[in-house]
Amino acid sequence: MATVALKGVKKRFGTVDVIHGIDMEIADGEFIVIVGPSGCGKSTLLRMVAGLETISEGEIQINGLRVNEKEPMDRDIAMVFQNYALYPHMSVRQNMAYGLKIARIPKPEIERKVAEAAKLLQLEPYLDRKPRELSGGQRQRVAMGRAIVRQPAVFLFDEPLSNLDAKLRVQMRLEIRELQSKLGITSLYVTHDQVEAMTMANRMIVMNGGVAEQIGTPLEVYERPRTLFAAQFIGSPSMNTVQGTAADGMVTLPGGAVLPCRSRHSGPVTVGIRPEHVHVDPNGPLALDVTLTEPLGATTLLHGKLKNGAELFTASLQGVHTTEQGTHSVQFSVPAEDIHLFDPATTLRLD
Amino acid sequence: MEKRVTFKGWLLPLALVFPQILISGVFFFYPAGQAIWQSLFIPDPFGLSSQFVGLGNFEYLLSDKYYRASFLTTAIFSTLVTLVSMVPALFLAVMADRLVKGAGTYRTLLIWPYAVAPAVAGVLWLFMFNTRVGVVSWYLGQLGYDWNHVLNDGEAMGLVVVASAWGRISYNFLFFFAALQSVPRSVIEAAAIDGARFWTRFFTIVLPLLSPTTFFLLVVNVVYAFFETFGVIHTITSGGPQQATTILVYKVFADGFVGQDLGSSAAQSVILLVVVGALTVVQFRYVEKKVHY
Amino acid sequence: MAAPERKTQGKLPAAGMVEKRGSALWMTHALMILGVLVVFFPIWLAFVASTVTQPEIVSPPMPLLPGGHFVENYTRALFAGVNIPVATMLLNSLVMALGIALGKIAISLLSAFAIVYFRFPGRTTFFWMIFITLMLPVEVRIVPTYEVVAGFGLLNSYAGLIFPLIASATATFLFRQFFLTIPDELAEAARVDGARPMRFFVDIVLPMSRTNIAALFVILFIYGWNQYLWPLLITTEPEMNTIVMGIKQMFPSGDDTADWPVIMATSILAMIPPVIVVVSMQKLFIRGLVDSEK
Repeated sequence: MATVALKGVKKRFGTVDVIHGIDMEIADGEFIVIVGPSGCGKSTLLRMVAGLETISEGEIQINGLRVNEKEPMDRDIAMVFQNYALYPHMSVRQNMAYGLKIARIPKPEIERKVAEAAKLLQLEPYLDRKPRELSGGQRQRVAMGRAIVRQPAVFLFDEPLSNLDAKLRVQMRLEIRELQSKLGITSLYVTHDQVEAMTMANRMIVMNGGVAEQIGTPLEVYERPRTLFAAQFIGSPSMNTVQGTAADGMVTLPGGAVLPCRSRHSGPVTVGIRPEHVHVDPNGPLALDVTLTEPLGATTLLHGKLKNGAELFTASLQGVHTTEQGTHSVQFSVPAEDIHLFDPATTLRLD
Repeated sequence: MEKRVTFKGWLLPLALVFPQILISGVFFFYPAGQAIWQSLFIPDPFGLSSQFVGLGNFEYLLSDKYYRASFLTTAIFSTLVTLVSMVPALFLAVMADRLVKGAGTYRTLLIWPYAVAPAVAGVLWLFMFNTRVGVVSWYLGQLGYDWNHVLNDGEAMGLVVVASAWGRISYNFLFFFAALQSVPRSVIEAAAIDGARFWTRFFTIVLPLLSPTTFFLLVVNVVYAFFETFGVIHTITSGGPQQATTILVYKVFADGFVGQDLGSSAAQSVILLVVVGALTVVQFRYVEKKVHY
Repeated sequence: MAAPERKTQGKLPAAGMVEKRGSALWMTHALMILGVLVVFFPIWLAFVASTVTQPEIVSPPMPLLPGGHFVENYTRALFAGVNIPVATMLLNSLVMALGIALGKIAISLLSAFAIVYFRFPGRTTFFWMIFITLMLPVEVRIVPTYEVVAGFGLLNSYAGLIFPLIASATATFLFRQFFLTIPDELAEAARVDGARPMRFFVDIVLPMSRTNIAALFVILFIYGWNQYLWPLLITTEPEMNTIVMGIKQMFPSGDDTADWPVIMATSILAMIPPVIVVVSMQKLFIRGLVDSEK
């Protein structure tokens, strides 16, 4: 049961700022995903919450109390590491019990807690094995177990699924989410995978270059991305962007196509269109010269360039489109509410 | 390379390094400093006072024909020890590498001599070549060769070389064998398909690939011959006959403890120190180079 | 050169297989056996000499097959010896070898832990000190070291035998290299679990270093056991002689005939402990050897 607050948190290595000031209030029981490309500072931010990195400026509070100066063990947190960081010479049971043992919890209680966690994670048959005798997924569960037994106020996850294969990743994603909602423990989860961010988060922080580009629920970020970066990072395939000019609720693209939009802004703009928001329409204003078709089964991706334009453009259509392979042209329309406009200079959303 | 994670505090780490600092200080740095200091003085015959002579001890040493002879002896000795220990080791390693089965057994047997102390090795070889009871010297006598390493310079040198090299064969074998085992199969097979026969392959492909190991062993064996063969020489020849087997380390001992010439002995230590330093630099250069590959 | 052992495992049939022919294989075995015999001959001869009588040895050629005086010669060596019973020298050697191996491992583990996991004043200086001690074998500073030990009144003592040989930092250097390969996350996980530095050292670092410690122990034990010059200088009383240096003391000065059966029995006894250690812990030994030279 805990709230976490980040207040103007900054991190500096020497003279280089790697985190430029993050503010956020996290409610009790919330699942927050910190997402961004590698090197964006997301892991550093998490490690600052954990107490593994010092805080250069600002304040981190857990349950309203400043924890900047506290050792990790005094912050009432538990952490799951990317490579699991299981102690190789200890059995699963010893790994899970280690923190409790150090905290001098009575033995029967340790046993009870480990047994509970093992049951919850279906690890009972493996309790006496060493980590090297476990599969990737099982190791992942042990790392979770080690976090759970301590009943911390906050869970911290540092890319916990990135070492697993794709199928297992989907499964573990669900398990972690279920577990968290069952236990109701406030969680911070770092990932570079936008699908994990979308599916797991109550709210997410999209980070880039040490800056929080956007903080919001997955749907908020998807539907109303605050910056061009957030728009392109979330959603797959990523959002198409075309330079254009807006005036009077209309936007004109380089090829001469004119699309309706919701913005009253006028002047040069960056137009963002998600691939899945285009509709085949023989009378539509957009013409795509398709050079490559990727049938994925549920959807079909058409890659090419807009007529008279230079930018690459991708359209994602529902179902199978057995239209001719090779180069051909398709006409599209895009609903006004699905046109995103960004300021070309600041990359901020224009509304 | 540095750790990302460090613990806080300075008292605990200082306490942790204290035992090592203490022991190194008392038994290493202080004596090493003393060696350098003493090398600049000549003690009077009664050991009551000593006179500063600057580099006098060094000048004297370098003009001393016995010391220069010792340098030459050391050079010959270490070259021979290196050769005699490396060539048979390489040959045995190549043979063992050809075997699919049994290589492990041979390796186990060949490791033995490494465990035998140089001084004990000296006694074993002395026994074989003893002028009165030695088996080998007796059979040599039967063949008409009168072996006497007590009087003959060359024979004395030969005996200490072989006794010193003997245990090193094990050591060199282990390294060569490990290196041979890690030569990629595909390279050997490609050469075989190109029509190269075994020994052609060995000299044109395998030996060049072994060169890092060979070079490493070269340096290590020279260092061994310089500093760790004291036991062999002391047990077999005690430096004789007429200093024919007095290598530099033996001379430090002989002048310092037997001759009680502390200034000279200290100066000799300093010269050895420079030699080790040079060898170490060579070795690190090589290690560094290897890292960059 | 990191652990060539491992590469050996996955290796296909050896190089000779490319042109496998029965006779070639046979030749190879023959040459190997010949090589092993030549290398083994000195040990064999010493063993034979330790099982026959003095008269059999002094009237050459001595026999090349063991005689029937094994028990007699070894009993005489162990409990009577020449100057001192060999059993005493064995004990001295054991104390010295164990003292050097364990002492060096203990102080090296601690200081390596400090330089890897802490930033403290003088850390860089300390690191360079270690580096310098790597370079200088005991032979080079022998006279002043002797004076220091004599000054402390440590002649003819175990402390005098052991401490000067611990004063080199090879082991510290090796442990440092190993500690650097322990993933950072383990230390972080331990911190999150609430482990203080020494707790982390005892619970995590030490158990993880077991193999390295064992490998180093093998190397250091042999190093300590085989010392010659140092015990020769500082043990003037026969009661403190170690076996490796004591053998030479068994030779009479002048023209008297040496007691060869006892001397050879002592030589065999002197090589048994290190040989057992090397052969029984072959894997560890080779690993230690390869590690310690890099």
